[in-house]
Amino acid sequence: MIAKLSLYMSYPFVRYALIVGILIALCSSLLGVTLVLKRFSFIGDGLSHVAFGAISVASVLNLTNQMLFVLPATVLCAVLLLRTGSNTKIRGDAAIAMVSVGALAAGYLLMNLFSTSTNLSGDVCSTLFGSTSILTLTRQEVWLCIVLAVAVVITFILFYNRIFAVTFDETFAAAVGTRVDACNLLIAVVIAVIIVLAMNLVGSLLISALVIFPALSAMRIFRSFLSVTLCSAALSVACAALGILISILAETPVGSTIVMIDIAAFGIFALIGHFLGD
Amino acid sequence: MALLSARDLTLGYSDRTLVRNMNFELNEGNYLCIVGENGSGKSTLMRTLLGLQSPLSGKVLHGDGLSAREIGYLPQQTPVQRDFPASVSEIVLSGCQNRLGRRFFYTRQDRELARRNMELMSVSDLAGKCYRNLSGGQQQRVLLARALCATRRLLLLDEPVAGLDPRATTEMYQLIRRLNREEKITIIMVSHDIAAAVSYATHILHIGETVFFGSREEYLESRAGREFLDPQREDRMNMKVRKKKQPVRPLAGKEGKA
Repeated sequence: MIAKLSLYMSYPFVRYALIVGILIALCSSLLGVTLVLKRFSFIGDGLSHVAFGAISVASVLNLTNQMLFVLPATVLCAVLLLRTGSNTKIRGDAAIAMVSVGALAAGYLLMNLFSTSTNLSGDVCSTLFGSTSILTLTRQEVWLCIVLAVAVVITFILFYNRIFAVTFDETFAAAVGTRVDACNLLIAVVIAVIIVLAMNLVGSLLISALVIFPALSAMRIFRSFLSVTLCSAALSVACAALGILISILAETPVGSTIVMIDIAAFGIFALIGHFLGD
Repeated sequence: MALLSARDLTLGYSDRTLVRNMNFELNEGNYLCIVGENGSGKSTLMRTLLGLQSPLSGKVLHGDGLSAREIGYLPQQTPVQRDFPASVSEIVLSGCQNRLGRRFFYTRQDRELARRNMELMSVSDLAGKCYRNLSGGQQQRVLLARALCATRRLLLLDEPVAGLDPRATTEMYQLIRRLNREEKITIIMVSHDIAAAVSYATHILHIGETVFFGSREEYLESRAGREFLDPQREDRMNMKVRKKKQPVRPLAGKEGKA
């Protein structure tokens, strides 16, 4: 098994996959607590569908680097969704449902009508479940992933205190003069970037799992925001690394393997939390 | 000049006016209690004083060098906070966020301020505890410590005893009175608890069909005060509320896990 693993490790695309996978797992876990508790999780889900639509457009247009189109499109949608969220005429969650389902339908339609590929259902499947895309990243995409991931981590560390303040108590934060709207916008943009990144790893349907499970697991055991954040980052990285290695050895799809390991970790943490008592 | 004054304040939403041409003044060291029936505009006034909402007309003036950021706020608890993983010290420290300015991280002075306020509210021994495992009274003391990090001058308290048991309620009122008398902090409190309002406050603002503003003694003599304090009227009000199928607030909520 070790020999097989070291053989695979000698291929650059496997090393890329491991590096990028770990970085993506790290970023996606950071905002998990905020997403879960701020009721933003549906925005995350909606945006992942938007990203699917954007990818279909990009592949119909035959763009060489799809991320350069998908990223701005998703960020723009994040900003728009946040705007409608504060508008009382159309309820925020309804607007998100409309946009996300619409993007999903339009994306599939576009792929059907204009796709030049012979294996259409394979394309759709890999966009939705990310079956192999992590192993087929070009050098340029790998660098883009690394730059974005580092940017997300740095942004999170710099704005950690403000993100905590806005997540815990938005009204108080606004009352003492914190620019809540700007913070929410920042959170939404970071979420959009994370989603586009994570699409490479697990595909657009499984992103929420990558974002939410590590945070929920950490919340079973830890009791402070800092410890929950650190634990979920560590857990997410460990699960992603393990998942990628298992999927290489057992030849299973990368995304769903990682998500299954995240779920198993959640089960273990929930059990430990239960025995530790509240 | 007064610390905070309202000039011809008209409050409400674009389709509905709640309060017309309200005037009042608050001086340093006052303890103002805002009372009124549900839906009379108490929360709207609160949001306006905090600068979260703009009035339909009129204005709120700050005096004595009080900046809009120097108002400490004790909000009602939100459902999010009930399962939020945060330690007491993290929450109290977040009260220093208006001192951050352009900085990203809290300084040693901010941490020291948070520590002192935790001591003042006697929650120092809970510093590492998780907020959601505290009792209702402890949670309110933690949020008060946070508000004190944001200001030393003016505190705005929104229903500070909602959901507390009778003992925790009395303790909370005594704590607020101590902050007012010993720490010289000006207090604005929104409350349903009219009996407590007239026994602790120095001034009363009654919002309703008619707006009353004056000292506690003046309020007890006024028509609005006598009507509102009349127990039979309280009964009639509850009947009216039940007919409207609004949930009746319980007198004392559960205290939670100690």
